[in-house]
Amino acid sequence: MKKIEAIIKPFKLDDLKAAMAEIGVQGMTVSEVKGFGRQKGHTEIYRGAEYVVDFIPKVKVEIVVDGDQADKVVDAIVASVKTGKIGDGKIFVMPVESVCRIRTGEKDLDAI
Amino acid sequence: MKKMWIMALALLSIPALAWGAEEAVPTVISNAEALKGVQTNLDYVWTLVAAALVFFMQAGFAMVEAGFTRAKNAVNIMMKNLLDFSMGSLFFWAVGFGLMFGSTTTGWFGTTGFFLSDYTVGGDPWVLAFWMFQCVFAATAATIVSGAMAERTNFIAYILYSAVICAIIYPVFGSWAWGSLLNGNGWLEQLGFIDFAGSTVVHSIGGWAGLAGTIVLGPRIGKYTKSGKPRAIPGHNIPLAALGVFILWFGWFGFNPGSTTAGSTDIAMIFVNTSLSACAGAVLAMITSWLIFGKPEIGMSLNGALAGLVGITAGCANVSPTSSIIIGAVAGVLVVLAVLFFDRIKVDDPVGAVSVHGVCGAWGTLAAGLFNIEGVTAKIIMVQLTGIAACFIWAFVASFILFKVIDAMVGLRVSEEEEMEGLDVSEHGGHSYYDFQMGSKQA
Repeated sequence: MKKIEAIIKPFKLDDLKAAMAEIGVQGMTVSEVKGFGRQKGHTEIYRGAEYVVDFIPKVKVEIVVDGDQADKVVDAIVASVKTGKIGDGKIFVMPVESVCRIRTGEKDLDAI
Repeated sequence: MKKMWIMALALLSIPALAWGAEEAVPTVISNAEALKGVQTNLDYVWTLVAAALVFFMQAGFAMVEAGFTRAKNAVNIMMKNLLDFSMGSLFFWAVGFGLMFGSTTTGWFGTTGFFLSDYTVGGDPWVLAFWMFQCVFAATAATIVSGAMAERTNFIAYILYSAVICAIIYPVFGSWAWGSLLNGNGWLEQLGFIDFAGSTVVHSIGGWAGLAGTIVLGPRIGKYTKSGKPRAIPGHNIPLAALGVFILWFGWFGFNPGSTTAGSTDIAMIFVNTSLSACAGAVLAMITSWLIFGKPEIGMSLNGALAGLVGITAGCANVSPTSSIIIGAVAGVLVVLAVLFFDRIKVDDPVGAVSVHGVCGAWGTLAAGLFNIEGVTAKIIMVQLTGIAACFIWAFVASFILFKVIDAMVGLRVSEEEEMEGLDVSEHGGHSYYDFQMGSKQA
């Protein structure tokens, strides 16, 4: 099993969700996060004084799938959220040791 | 709505008409008496409706201040705005009103009418209507200062200040310019000083007191870099600040036209002047900010509308609508430059109160002379400048001493730790937006 963690532009979340539904992904966890990469922050103006927003708002999507599905999911995410402009985000893929569904006690692939 | 007004006016005129009808045959004299009664009722209604509008400006000030500051201080700001009105009104009742409108032999302050003693049961209730209208004005001057001193002032110190400005600082100057509206006779009004609704009497007094307050307090932690460059401390809710400005604008339709304290046709031009000046202020502040910063900045544009309103307050009854646009436009440019200037000289005024009320109040007072519809003379300008200078000296010096005394008594500023944590928790024991914090919800 793999966990796919995608950091994306907030306004692309709906597109990502639709793409995941299309390829049969069952669930996801979404959180509002802030950060920067090569894009760095940007400057804003408040009452005449400039200030730097170091951490830019992003959305983090976490999806756990069967290991051999991971590439398909990553491709679908890229296809759905890519704008080609700086700040599109990143996708991390990592192994998952075990999964447990709290309500039934089912384990691993049955629990996804 | 319009129908309701007509009905209300009709109802009010019934007693007067009925009284007239009791006479067997209406005579010229009885008709004149009846008409006088209608006018008297109208004066009461308009003055008190206007007082209610001016009272609502408290909400405007509270929203502007909260919007332009950080969420961790919003409870403190609401408490200050509630208490400066409440404390201020009590002290204006006890002391201030007498100093401002009591009879005087010197022209420097009144000595009668304390504790609203001008009103006796069964006596003329006009003094009550007049007191109510003047009370909301005093509280306006008091609440201006709150914004300038936001986010770092010790709460008990602020309460003490509210009492003194409404008891002494505001009323003494008010007696110089407006005392004769009741029993007084101030030296400034004897010279022919024009300040119809209080660009100087209310706004500059508040603005200069705020300037003294910010200087005694010092800037907020983090407002300046080590090299002394001003940094932005963005407010937490710009829509709330904008709502506050709209509320203030609305309230100003009581502040300026209500200062006739008479239901007369004069209020039409005052209304128009008030609104046009605010519009010109907003537009010119926006353009100025656009030219300087490259974007039409909201904070400055909102301040611009207020600058226009403050600017026209002195001359709203004696300048033409065209002049009111010029007055507002100049105020709109002036306020942006003033905010940048005060930022640079390390006067940390989170909402721009000193620039809006102090600077544009002074400009408006000068403009009331310059654009006087009956013509301008060197004498008028000299008198206006005298009033502006007297206001600055009195309000700044008296407030500076007051804040120094309060500082020595109870401490004017909160501790560094309390300021970092936010005044909501340290001064009042709770947050403004409780459920917004993760984990703050009780089971």
